[in-house]
Amino acid sequence: MSLHLITLKNGADLDGFRRAVRWLMAEELAPQHILWSLDEAPGLFGDDDLHDAPPVTLPKSVARLIEMCVCHSDPERYALLYQLVWRVLNGERDLLEIASDPLVHRIDMMARAVRRDLHKMYAFVRFRRMRTEHLERFAAWFEPDHFILEAAAPFFIDRFRSLDWTILTPIGSMRWDRRDLTFGPPARREDAPDEDSFEEGWRGYYESVFNPARVNPTAMRAEMPKKYWRNLPETAAIPGLIQTASQRVDSMMEQEATMPSKRTPERALEAMWDQEPKTLEELNAIIAKAGPLVPGATQAVFGEGPKRAEIVFVGEQPGDQEDLQGRPFVGPAGKLLTKAMAEVGIDRSKAYLTNAVKHFKFDQRGHRRIHAKPTTGEVKHYRPWLMKELELVRPRLVVALGATALLALTGKSTPISRSRGIAQFGPYRGYITVHPSYLLRLPDEATKREAYEAFLNDLRRIHDLAEADLDTGELPLAAE
Amino acid sequence: MDEKLSRKLRILADAAKYDASCSSSGAGGRKADIDGLGSTTASGICHAYTPDGRCVSLLKILLTNYCLFDCAYCVNRRTSNVKRAKFSVDEVVTLTIEFYKRNYIEGLFLSSGIIRSPDYTMEQMLLVAKKLRREHGFRGYIHLKTIPEASPWLIEEAGLWADRLSINLELPTEQSLERLAPEKDGASIEGAMAQMFERIEEAREERRHFSPAGQTTQMIVGADDTTDADVLRTSAKLYGHYAMKRVYYSAFSPIPDSSAILPLKSPPLMRESRLYQADWLLRYYGFQVEEIAESAEKGMLDLDVDPKLAWALKNRHLFPVDVNQAEREMLLRVPGLGARAVDKIVMARRHTTLRLEDVARLTSGLKRAKPFLIAADYHPNKKLDRQDLRERLIEKPQQLSLFA
Ligand code: SF4
Repeated sequence: MSLHLITLKNGADLDGFRRAVRWLMAEELAPQHILWSLDEAPGLFGDDDLHDAPPVTLPKSVARLIEMCVCHSDPERYALLYQLVWRVLNGERDLLEIASDPLVHRIDMMARAVRRDLHKMYAFVRFRRMRTEHLERFAAWFEPDHFILEAAAPFFIDRFRSLDWTILTPIGSMRWDRRDLTFGPPARREDAPDEDSFEEGWRGYYESVFNPARVNPTAMRAEMPKKYWRNLPETAAIPGLIQTASQRVDSMMEQEATMPSKRTPERALEAMWDQEPKTLEELNAIIAKAGPLVPGATQAVFGEGPKRAEIVFVGEQPGDQEDLQGRPFVGPAGKLLTKAMAEVGIDRSKAYLTNAVKHFKFDQRGHRRIHAKPTTGEVKHYRPWLMKELELVRPRLVVALGATALLALTGKSTPISRSRGIAQFGPYRGYITVHPSYLLRLPDEATKREAYEAFLNDLRRIHDLAEADLDTGELPLAAE
Repeated sequence: MDEKLSRKLRILADAAKYDASCSSSGAGGRKADIDGLGSTTASGICHAYTPDGRCVSLLKILLTNYCLFDCAYCVNRRTSNVKRAKFSVDEVVTLTIEFYKRNYIEGLFLSSGIIRSPDYTMEQMLLVAKKLRREHGFRGYIHLKTIPEASPWLIEEAGLWADRLSINLELPTEQSLERLAPEKDGASIEGAMAQMFERIEEAREERRHFSPAGQTTQMIVGADDTTDADVLRTSAKLYGHYAMKRVYYSAFSPIPDSSAILPLKSPPLMRESRLYQADWLLRYYGFQVEEIAESAEKGMLDLDVDPKLAWALKNRHLFPVDVNQAEREMLLRVPGLGARAVDKIVMARRHTTLRLEDVARLTSGLKRAKPFLIAADYHPNKKLDRQDLRERLIEKPQQLSLFA
């Protein structure tokens, strides 16, 4: 049988190779009958039937390997890849799983070389700012070992999407203008800018992070082979760094330990440990400065009430109204709470009301801002502030309104139904009940009324607990 | 670049270089927005290597090397006479962005000496991260060194902006910490590690951003007399309790203007490298820390052979192992076979029977492996029992710092 000559384009001709494979498989031509060659602009196979050959389906792993290996500069790449395809489609479907097979091994090594080349390109391209008047434009000169320009493009676009950049290489060039990518002809080093105002600083950085006591040029060259050096501005420093290393170490070792030239800064040291906020105002300023730790929110909503309140009520998070007004419990649930408090004789203005989460977390739906429940992790982000807040108020009793408050106070998720009633939150005597918004959500009037009664009962006990003489340490009501 | 800024950069990079970590891994794949800048890749990228063989991936700097603390091993301690400098928040932001645009770096690794108070310092560092993320749409990598003495809410914030958080334990035992770092305290370090661990786990479950690349730490080796076994026990605990992504080991190396209580020696680089290897055995090869400790001499790892080989030499009765038969767990214990090679062996042998030349294509450590394995056409026979086996397998001191 005669040999078939197949000519593909120079470079990574994935399309050409695909078409060739279809045709060859349709014709059932074994690898030993094919001669592969490369040309600048091949007239394909001189045979238009090729286009119509039916597609060939390959396992994904094989297809991916082919995409990688066509970029390799080895002229034998197509012949090897076709051998692989032939064997995979002729009974050895799982061939790639046999990494020890000589062909698989060789192709793996090729893929590895291409991946490494890509990785080195990602690492060693050095952009320089072009001398353009207004627009900020960057260009780089890079010399890859393989035909990886197109394969490398997505990385640079993903990373430098908002920049206008050009990468010039001996095998072609590409430019991204912040919208489109265009490929161009091979370039020369002189086409790229020959300096950049940050290179000096970068070199200084490079020199400074080198530790002369650990000098190991072999390890450096293994990862940054010399062939790359001429395009890396920092490498100019290498010979000097290596040469002076041992001398620098010797002089460090010989130097006697010195005495500190300054006196111990006693005052500064003392002040250093005095960093805790000492008032609610200071704490609130810290919270305001931090900004939301949850998505949404226009402002932080702080706790409200007398500095030394007997009872602290902890809710979940501010709602829409609270967020707009910057005050806790002023929305529908807040109004209900205020009403219930009045009914049992708790003076709202004497209690301290706050939330576990200090910002309104919501989803925007059209014009409406829909309350979104804070996750466990989010509640915990706010927990240190809540703890500090309690420390500053030092109440007799802390009331958890609902599960989020309970989570914030204990650090653990527990359902309200199981723990409702008297509790202990760290050093604070506590009480657990539902959040008033729960009462608003109940569907029918009868259950609503019943739940409200139960809530009032809780508030009565809370009132009693706060009034009780704490000196005896006795609880006025037995725990359930 | 402005001359003054260059000078500061030199001082504050020099001061930061004793931190071994420069990794930009673990943040997953993240891409720049339309008008943003930056991306991350799963395993990170090293943009350069310095002549000590170490990778330069991040702009690793201190915000300032002024410090109120007095850690004996540290070049920045308040009693040292080194040159001092302080960046402004904007200067760090500018450097990060401009270096990033030129593809010098993957992002920023920011640490700082303690000035004014731990909280103040931490707040300044947070400002840098926030500015990068919010004002520049920066989506590259940010690693923040957490200050364990800072208020807990600052840690809660830090993870929202950073890809990785770390606190250096520096000294493996409480006693050493007390002696050499008087302002530090083991309990607050571990408390902060525990806090970060919890938040990181929760956020992962909730698919939120909180230090997605986890936390790491570093221990200095050779500044006190802790044995390798004890260092590794501490590591095992850190991996177990706080799911550390990595524990870095940093050979205590001479610093300019050293303290009188820590006389200088050459850094124990080989020891550091053996610790890294042992650490890998703990994390990826199913070794228990006590197994490694038992094969060490008086708690110190053998400097001439790698810890897996050292273990195998002391457990010869478990070998040779048949590459065509043995369980994966046992193959992982064969010296010279890496985890990747083992996976390839296990996959390949489902389809074929492996001869020695097949194995040779899968690993570069065949020389070390040969006495310990059986292939279809190969048996080590009495090789395993030779008295001089260890001597024959000693590697030339070349592959150092493979792990560093
Ligand atoms: S806290 Fe200790 S280790 Fe950190 S910079 Fe200051 S002296 Fe150095």
